[in-house]
Amino acid sequence: MLDAETNSAGPPEEQTSFAQEAKRSWTLRLRKYILRELPPEHLLPDNEPAYVGSWVYVFGVITIAALAWVIISGVILSFFGPQWWQVSPQGHFVNSTHFWSVQMFFIFMVLHLWGQFFAAGWRDGRAATWMIGLVVFLVSLVTAFTGYLSQQNFASQWIALNAKDGVNSTGAGAFFNVLNFGQMYGLHILLFPVMVTGLVVLHIVWVRRRGVVKPLEPGIAS
Amino acid sequence: MIGRRQKWDQQAYYRGIPTAPFDLVKEVAIAVVVMLGVVLVLSAILSSPDVPPVTIQGWARHDPVDFVQTATAELQGATLSSSYGPPYNGGSGSVQSLGPLAPQSWAGVHQPVNAAVTDVLAPLRIGSLGDPGLGSALHQFEVASPAQQAAWSSRYAKALGDAHVVNAQVVVPHRVAGPMGTMMQGLLTMARRGALDALLVRSSHFYQTDYTRPLLFIGDSAYLADLATQRNLLGSQWGMMNETGRYPGQAWLWLYTFWYQIPPYNTASNADLLVVLTMGLLTTLLLLVPFIPGLRDIPRWVPIYRLIWREHYRYSRPPDRQGP
Repeated sequence: MLDAETNSAGPPEEQTSFAQEAKRSWTLRLRKYILRELPPEHLLPDNEPAYVGSWVYVFGVITIAALAWVIISGVILSFFGPQWWQVSPQGHFVNSTHFWSVQMFFIFMVLHLWGQFFAAGWRDGRAATWMIGLVVFLVSLVTAFTGYLSQQNFASQWIALNAKDGVNSTGAGAFFNVLNFGQMYGLHILLFPVMVTGLVVLHIVWVRRRGVVKPLEPGIAS
Repeated sequence: MIGRRQKWDQQAYYRGIPTAPFDLVKEVAIAVVVMLGVVLVLSAILSSPDVPPVTIQGWARHDPVDFVQTATAELQGATLSSSYGPPYNGGSGSVQSLGPLAPQSWAGVHQPVNAAVTDVLAPLRIGSLGDPGLGSALHQFEVASPAQQAAWSSRYAKALGDAHVVNAQVVVPHRVAGPMGTMMQGLLTMARRGALDALLVRSSHFYQTDYTRPLLFIGDSAYLADLATQRNLLGSQWGMMNETGRYPGQAWLWLYTFWYQIPPYNTASNADLLVVLTMGLLTTLLLLVPFIPGLRDIPRWVPIYRLIWREHYRYSRPPDRQGP
């Protein structure tokens, strides 16, 4: 790897100028920041504290696995379009995989959330990790909600007509019209999935930065 | 707690704690494959909910009296959507506020819906083209005074209480003066042919994906509520958390739906706003739990952590239940 600070050639004065220039490099600063905050051995560890063997740590991984299939099945559904999953057996089957992977995603995300709550996973400088995780949960709720509105079946109609009162009561109905299929479908397949995926990546990066929190011990404040 | 400015040292943090080999990538890969198997099996065995949507055509065919009653009520301004308020119109029937907090009114009208015109008069204007009898009745209604219109609508609505269906026509037991019978029969015919489903989503654009108008119209019917009741979807039955059939719905909305089942929410006219505010408060507390003394100490008081780290405690000093 070439490092501008250490790999310059030429006379000493030129090297000094080169090093000073390198210190002002945004790219180099970003690289150093990333390596300092998240060295590869933290991002992809090959060993962990022995207590990570607890079953509670599996919930997060399973949530990510379910999210992968939510996204893959969702991409297939969006590729073939809204009519496909209503009129063809193949489309309906892929719709079923989307439905069940969403159910799995939420089951394990909630287990992960409560597991981390009762483990007080926010300790030792991990408050941001907790908060990002909770925002993932909240954005996922809205994503799933717009998905239910996008099914184009009886449940979609009924949910939309009931939900409109809650949304309208906050004033949000002015720009978030749950009766507008085009708007809900667009948000469901683009904006919200990008937000969920981005926030999950951020959540994982924050988890890897600090590592897994130590078990609760008596006498240490949360 | 590690200070913001203090440099984080993971090695120092884990000092003295035994470690074990861990293959993160392998664990994720196994989880992805197992999850695929679970999802495929569930999909193959249980499929997914697929109750067809209600159409105006289906509504008019299966329950023509309810269709005509609803359309007449739209004309009278007596339905939920016709007097709803923002974001659909200037009514106040469904406007919610809490003291001076009235975000629904502040936001204003953004998807204008005049139910009488949108659902009845505008479609009839199109339907009367080539139908002189319907055109004449519609003209008679539209040039009449509002008081006369109200009188015709009211008398017809009352007569519908004893209506019955003969040869796909809604027949009232005694002749009602005015154009209402012809108008409503014309609208029913259009609906039964499927024309109203298309007319209510039309706009100045060729493409259309906004179903606000037909959904509000269908939502005013007793027909839709009856179907929802049969499928256990009413608000008093935990509403939109449920799914049709025996499928799991949005179970993660249980707490949101829960408030609608208990006082004072289940009797309040501004229940939706109250529930949203309550959930907003609870969500904020959960978000900020790391910073709230008492809340953040709950895990120490509930010994679930002893289960989570059972193996760890077995090989180290067992934790006592001191407070923080």
